[in-house]
Amino acid sequence: MNFHPFVIPFSIGFIVLIFILLYKYFSLFYRLDHQDKSKIYKGVFSLKFFKAIKEVFLESLLHRKIFRVNPLLGYMHTSLAFGWFLIIIGGTVESKVHSHMALKMPYDPVFFNFFNTDLSMYRWANEFNFIMDFLLLIVLSGVCLAFVKRFYSKAFGMKKTSVLKPFDKIALYTLWLIFPLRFFAESFSAGLYNNGGFLTGTAGVFFSSFLPLKNLLVPTWWAYSISLGAFFVALPFSRYMHIPTEIFLIFLRNFGVKTDKIFSSFTELEVLSCPRCGICLDKCQLLKSAEISDTQNVYFLQSLRNKQLNENNTFDCLLCGRCQEFCPVGINLNNIRISQRKHFFPENNNFEYLQPIAIATPKASVIYFAGCMTHLTPTIKLAMTGIFEAAGVDYLFLDKDSSICCGRPLMIAGEYTKANELIEKNKKAIIESGAKTLVTSCPICYKMFNEDYDLNIEVLHHTQYLLQLTEKQIIKINKTNKKVVYHDPCELGRGSGIFNEPRELISHLADISKIKEEKEEALCCGGSLGSVNLSFNKRNNIRKDVLSVLQEGNPDLIITACPLCKKTLQNGANTEVKDIAELVMQNIQNQ
Amino acid sequence: MKNFGYSINKDRQIDLDKSDQRIALFVKQHEPSINICISCGTCTATCSAGNYTNLNLRKLILSVKRGDIIETKAEISKCMFCGKCLLACPRGVNTRNVILKINQAIEKFSL
Repeated sequence: MNFHPFVIPFSIGFIVLIFILLYKYFSLFYRLDHQDKSKIYKGVFSLKFFKAIKEVFLESLLHRKIFRVNPLLGYMHTSLAFGWFLIIIGGTVESKVHSHMALKMPYDPVFFNFFNTDLSMYRWANEFNFIMDFLLLIVLSGVCLAFVKRFYSKAFGMKKTSVLKPFDKIALYTLWLIFPLRFFAESFSAGLYNNGGFLTGTAGVFFSSFLPLKNLLVPTWWAYSISLGAFFVALPFSRYMHIPTEIFLIFLRNFGVKTDKIFSSFTELEVLSCPRCGICLDKCQLLKSAEISDTQNVYFLQSLRNKQLNENNTFDCLLCGRCQEFCPVGINLNNIRISQRKHFFPENNNFEYLQPIAIATPKASVIYFAGCMTHLTPTIKLAMTGIFEAAGVDYLFLDKDSSICCGRPLMIAGEYTKANELIEKNKKAIIESGAKTLVTSCPICYKMFNEDYDLNIEVLHHTQYLLQLTEKQIIKINKTNKKVVYHDPCELGRGSGIFNEPRELISHLADISKIKEEKEEALCCGGSLGSVNLSFNKRNNIRKDVLSVLQEGNPDLIITACPLCKKTLQNGANTEVKDIAELVMQNIQNQ
Repeated sequence: MKNFGYSINKDRQIDLDKSDQRIALFVKQHEPSINICISCGTCTATCSAGNYTNLNLRKLILSVKRGDIIETKAEISKCMFCGKCLLACPRGVNTRNVILKINQAIEKFSL
């Protein structure tokens, strides 16, 4: 058995890491509720397991989502993660082929070149040497890029990077050292014993010409082992905890476990999976337009992890979901934040007054629920009722005279249980009407009806419904020659995945032109109810920046599909802002 | 008491030395926009809960400023937090946060 005292730091680090990880994951698993556990048991023996393996390969090793953000940043992560992974695999295979033994000490492949100096004795020695050197070169290129990124992140498409904590720094510096040290250690071995591949072999000859390799050899291997050991010990306490945790997360997510509005040990796993890469920073409009720099999810999750949440950075987020869309780990950032808001939201609400109210629900085939915000933009309401009548639809205007809120504003402010009372009341009225279709004008209500109401009827936003009416030729509309742009409402676009229907409907009405940030990247208008404590001035700054993007090509009209967006945008726009329903009503042929 | 055919209103005079300003000070400190409220009542006119109850944000803000804790506590619980008042307010009072802060003050001072 090969042994040298310098393997001790590596071995200690490795054992400590394994124990901490096992302890953390077992305790997280143990605290999951029964439903989640049974999902996992079922998932392990199903196709989902293989889907998860595929996702781990694509995301944890190849980092496909980071390539989407910036190719250079993607290469940096791939070279480090996939390169290191292949070095581990290559080294293990090499050591087993060499010794013809299946079971060896875990440190054996790591320090293979120290223990095995005569490499001519086994098959494929040259091929292995070449491959291992090539992989080392790839990883070293990644380390170089990581080093450059610390000082010049703009080259990697990141204007801002996250601020690191002390343990992150220890882990970062040891990580930077591991592969250069490995390179030196292997080169010195190669120089002394005249072996090695194209990289370490050549470097070895070069170093032997002017360095006393005999004296340097053992200290360099010591340094390599210490850097590995230190990295392993620092890992569970630093942001690099995301490396093992993300794999665990991907499996659980594929088995159907997810974060709902209540904090669970799966949520804890998501928090641990955050690599604090800071990609969310550049996506956040609060940072860009409102000069708020502590609320972004990289810091929010950090303060959650350190149990230092404060009210401001919990409440001022607009919940627009841009960061979530681009999170390379795919963490459900909005739900995690919502789950934390209840700690600051006292349960004072009392909706008993709703109990005796009977909502009259005559039978109808379609229910129209305008939503609170639509009542404040009556032109949308009028357009919709006009269209219903022109199309001859048998409809019921559920909240015509007085309305009960759909419950989403209360829910996303943290009051999940009380929001349920509002849900029950509305749900009863919807079911009693016997309608097959529910149409709403408000994307906030739409998302709520879709996800939290559990209705067994078709729920449509008016953009979808009007497109259906147009395509079935129940209503006929004229096309104008106006040049328009479309503003994606957060709750409708990113929130509910409806990007194409409104665009298709607009294409029947006017010429739609593209804007800089649209669809998944669309900006929030700043009026979002997701934020509770954001001041009007800051909201106005956000609106100003959004309008400059929308008005860049001097469109004749700004079209949106949300009453709240419309109201917010029109207060500062030089261009007319219209809801899609108004445009349809203006150009309808039916009389 | 003998019925004279009329009654006398309860005394509405506020003794600022004795009124309980804890909620008012807490809200003013954490959501200063309450100070620019002109009591126009637009919030009340648009209120969804106001359709079913006598919840009245204009009056509620006055109750807070006057230190009328019983009334504040009874009324605030009816709010659905829908945000219509926020959208309607012509002065830019962050009404939802005012409501949240009042709720927090009630909890904080165990009123």
